Amino acid sequence: MSNSVIDVAPHGRFGIEGQAVRPRRWGEQVIGVALFGCALVSILTTVGIVIVLVAEAAQFFREVSIWEFLTGTEWSPKLENKFGILPLLCGTLLVMAGAAVIALPIGLLSAIYLSEYASSSVREVVKPVLEVLAGIPSVVFGYLAIVTISPLVRTIFPSAGVFNAASASIVVGFMVLPMVVSLSEDILRAVPRSLREAAYALGATKLDVTVKVVVPAAISGIVAAFLLALSRAIGETMAVALAAGNRPTLTINPLDEVQTMTAYIVQVSQGDTPAGTLEYRTIFAVGLALFVTTMFLNVLAQWFVARVREKYE
Amino acid sequence: MSQTAFETTAYSRRRARMSQAFSVLCLAATSLGVLVLILLIWEILWQGLPWLNARLLTSFPSMYPEKAGIAAALVSSLWLITLTALFSVPIGVGAAVYLEEYAQASRWRSLVQLNIANLAGVPSIVYGILGLGLFVRALALQRSILAGSLTLTLVVLPIVILAAQESLRAVPNSIRQASFALGATRWQTVWHQVLPAATPGIMTGVILAISRAMGEAAPLVAMGAAATFITFIPLSPIDEFSALPVQIYDWASRPQPEYHHVAAAAIVVLLTVLILLNATAVYVRYRYGKRIRW
Repeated sequence: MSNSVIDVAPHGRFGIEGQAVRPRRWGEQVIGVALFGCALVSILTTVGIVIVLVAEAAQFFREVSIWEFLTGTEWSPKLENKFGILPLLCGTLLVMAGAAVIALPIGLLSAIYLSEYASSSVREVVKPVLEVLAGIPSVVFGYLAIVTISPLVRTIFPSAGVFNAASASIVVGFMVLPMVVSLSEDILRAVPRSLREAAYALGATKLDVTVKVVVPAAISGIVAAFLLALSRAIGETMAVALAAGNRPTLTINPLDEVQTMTAYIVQVSQGDTPAGTLEYRTIFAVGLALFVTTMFLNVLAQWFVARVREKYE
Repeated sequence: MSQTAFETTAYSRRRARMSQAFSVLCLAATSLGVLVLILLIWEILWQGLPWLNARLLTSFPSMYPEKAGIAAALVSSLWLITLTALFSVPIGVGAAVYLEEYAQASRWRSLVQLNIANLAGVPSIVYGILGLGLFVRALALQRSILAGSLTLTLVVLPIVILAAQESLRAVPNSIRQASFALGATRWQTVWHQVLPAATPGIMTGVILAISRAMGEAAPLVAMGAAATFITFIPLSPIDEFSALPVQIYDWASRPQPEYHHVAAAAIVVLLTVLILLNATAVYVRYRYGKRIRW
């Protein structure tokens, strides 16, 4: 491939499509191959993830049936040899749902404010603030969850434990908020101005224009932003490991202590579990479940993004 | 007739009021994000500042919170981000140059592009599992700084690639055409014209990626690599290591409130390093961004 790539200018970018640019030095070819190698690293990363997860998980599923893994309602690998992932999945989805309740409405309303209402000076203040919020490490949010949020939750709901899904949900909600805002805002701003002007010309108020014209026009992109945020919330680790607890529970009560898939992986990794044991392999089985879930949401999000592109580009 | 006119005005007034109320709601939602950031920073400073002193910076983890410090964790983290930058910048920028300047529009290129977008969405703990299987076990790097840096490199690579691609795309084609017209080869054009013009943007992306690597604890914990009992300064890439966020996690997860104060003080240090990194990014963007005019 190196010859064709280096000799011919690609896809008309240089306006000299099809014309040969002769390599003057053999080094040119070497560089082309090296750059190709760099891009290959990203493909190999994905391949590596799949191979590592599937290889070890396959060993795990030799001893535990996939059916038991997917439908078992108890997760107690160390004490009782029970390998049902449902409690971990339930904990993950509970935290995700709580985070969604916070991040999605607040995020969308903020995006609408920034895109439709805010003056450019307000935007210049708010956007960097959100960037800073997005840049704060997960473990810092986890600290905040235990030291500040959890006592607050327990004051309001005395039945809640020190570790509860609610305080994890709250911090994860604010962690993914900047992502929802910035992705949704981009997509709202991409809605052509003519659509808004047409609605105003028909006597619509700003509320009508926003809710009945702009948001529906951008809905695919907003859904994509939401899905990416949910995927982030599912993969969120340190904050959840600190705040939600370490007891796998099949519950929908946000005040209960739960364990998410990510928190379980952290728990096992911290203990000195010898390689090759069944407990060690649970990391890979749970990791595979986590990878598949987030990948599904990401691919779905990309499908929605592709729909937006078709519409306006 | 007048009746209808009156109704219309009342109706339009109500609609105007609702529109007004909605804008207030949107403003309130936006303020919430800002408020949370202020609360977070205030809470950490309030808890951590009294515990922030020279002893914290020069001591090792300890059974006694008043003697515990972050010397090993901080040095390890600096090792990690330095090596991660050394690995991820050439590979990331190389991949971006390949995709933007070399590869032809093809199924292969869209596959690589789609793959990078997907990798950006993979939870960081999954990279930790990859690091455990690949670097720690298969390549037998053990629980070393090198294994940790390679894992973090994979975590931040998509960030570097995407940022570099965006900066390369922002370089006007006229620059490339002028260079080709003067007889430069593809690589001469990239190296002497396109990359220098894209450097501020690439640097910003790189610093963003380094900040991410600095704050990541999950992949290091999943590798089983970062240990919180390290009581020496790691001096080479094959030493065992700790990491600032991992140390913070360890302290925050303990029940004693004194440890929470130490954790808060360590968070102040972590955030200070992150702020310094980001200030550098802003400076680079400002300093070098000014010189380029098209």
